[in-house]
Amino acid sequence: MAVKQLSVFIENRKGMLSEVTDALSDAHINLRALCLAEAADYGILRLIVDDTEKAVGIVRDTGRTVVVNDVVGVIVPDTPGGLNLVLHTLNGHDVGIDYMYAFISKENGKANVVFRTADVAAADKYLSDAGFELI
Amino acid sequence: MERKYWQEEMETASRETLDKLQLERLQKSVKRTYENVPMYRERMDAAGVKPEDIKTLDDIRKLPFTCKQDLRDTYPYGMFAAPMKDVVRIHASSGTTGKQIVVGYTKNDLEAWDNIVARQLIAAGLTDEDKVQVAYGYGLFTGGLGLHGGASLLGSTVIPISSGNTARQVALMKDLEATALACTPSYALFLAESIAEAGLKPEDLKLRAGIFGAEPWTEGMRKQIEAGLGIKAYDIYGLTEVMGPGVAYECSEQKGMHVNEDHFIIEILDPDTLEPVPDGCQGEIVFTSLTKEAFPVMRYRTRDIGSVTHEPCACGRTFVRMSKPQGRTDDMLIIRGVNVFPSQIEEVLIKLGYTPNYQIVVDRVNNLDTFEVKVELSESMFEGSVGDLSRREREIGEGMRSTLGISPKITLVNPHSIERSIGKAKRVIDNRKLHD
Repeated sequence: MAVKQLSVFIENRKGMLSEVTDALSDAHINLRALCLAEAADYGILRLIVDDTEKAVGIVRDTGRTVVVNDVVGVIVPDTPGGLNLVLHTLNGHDVGIDYMYAFISKENGKANVVFRTADVAAADKYLSDAGFELI
Repeated sequence: MERKYWQEEMETASRETLDKLQLERLQKSVKRTYENVPMYRERMDAAGVKPEDIKTLDDIRKLPFTCKQDLRDTYPYGMFAAPMKDVVRIHASSGTTGKQIVVGYTKNDLEAWDNIVARQLIAAGLTDEDKVQVAYGYGLFTGGLGLHGGASLLGSTVIPISSGNTARQVALMKDLEATALACTPSYALFLAESIAEAGLKPEDLKLRAGIFGAEPWTEGMRKQIEAGLGIKAYDIYGLTEVMGPGVAYECSEQKGMHVNEDHFIIEILDPDTLEPVPDGCQGEIVFTSLTKEAFPVMRYRTRDIGSVTHEPCACGRTFVRMSKPQGRTDDMLIIRGVNVFPSQIEEVLIKLGYTPNYQIVVDRVNNLDTFEVKVELSESMFEGSVGDLSRREREIGEGMRSTLGISPKITLVNPHSIERSIGKAKRVIDNRKLHD
């Protein structure tokens, strides 16, 4: 099943990131994973949280542009070359990756990888058919 | 009751009648102004012109010009032509630089003003059964009280909410079932966005017409406002120095604005030679007041660039029509030697499908002009990827380059972060002036 991810537009100015995290922490929203992509004048903060809908409202109220995207979340086998197995499966189906980040999940204690691709549902299917565990 | 005209006899008078009336009024006004305003008397004396020399309408060209600086130099009451006991109202221009310009009105002036605003409201199809939400700023700014006066005279129900507090504007607009809105076009657009963000649709409101003015706006912006609010949007033209909103007004044909020629004479002049240009040709818009008692102006140079046409209008009004001002000679920025009008930036954004929420920032670094256009990033423009945002920046930059001839740096900024909530949007920040 697709994972819901928030993408938040962050102006490249001091304190812009912490304003968002402050607002989320005040609302008791737990961050499960995050990644900050940078461009010259702005960044895009990507977040996976425990309550996506509530977080969208909180972020919007800080005056920022926010959008929710579906991403693929997969548990990577905890062995050398574990990520490669995932990537080879995707290559075999011509699935391109826009961006990717990894985190250790508190719940499963394993290495999790999240990535964005054009057809999330298809990628989910390829990976689960190949025996990978999705998050 | 729906009426076609407010003052039919005047609004549909023949050219001959209008010419005769204008000449009579001009002669009387020049005489009064000469006698009561030292600056005009000195200038006319210096030019060797006496009030009696005004024998035809063309003789207006013998009169001296008035510039904004003249009105600053005579601050506060130097240009008043009526005794203060007869002056019943003061307004001031919303100028952010230098001294304010203070203008005054007698009872007759206010009556004339209310009537010309009522002409606009009737032309926009309003009646005494409409509820008009006046979201122009009330106070020294002429927008709020100007529209208030016209709508009251017409007998509409006025909702004098003034500008700002957008959440309350939207709530009252819905609850009170306002049928018409009067404010600046940028605020109308802001309200349309706020209405959408509040989860409302145009059908949830009773609005049917809007009267927008006090700042330049394009046809593209009109379409966005009309779609966003579900109304027909009318352009009202005016300026504090000449009267306030209502100097010229748009009819349902929307092919230019009818100048209230019983109160004002419009001239279109080549800004360099100050010679008249023919109908349809662009030039600087210049106004002379004909009936104003407290604050008459002779040949006031508006710095607005526009044109006029004397072609008959299908609405039946005979007043000459002026085009929407294409820009202002003093809004024009010269960046790296290239002339740039803010309206050009707006057009590019609209053409590319963006809401024109932008700000131009010009500065000078190491003797070179820097040129930046900030554009608000709305959620509809955001897919969440860096690649898509870079593509948008390039697309806007490319559009600017092909229209302006120079490339600004495009900076995407947070929604609603560009200051604009009250009155006029601040479109240009020119930091070069600070270093001069």
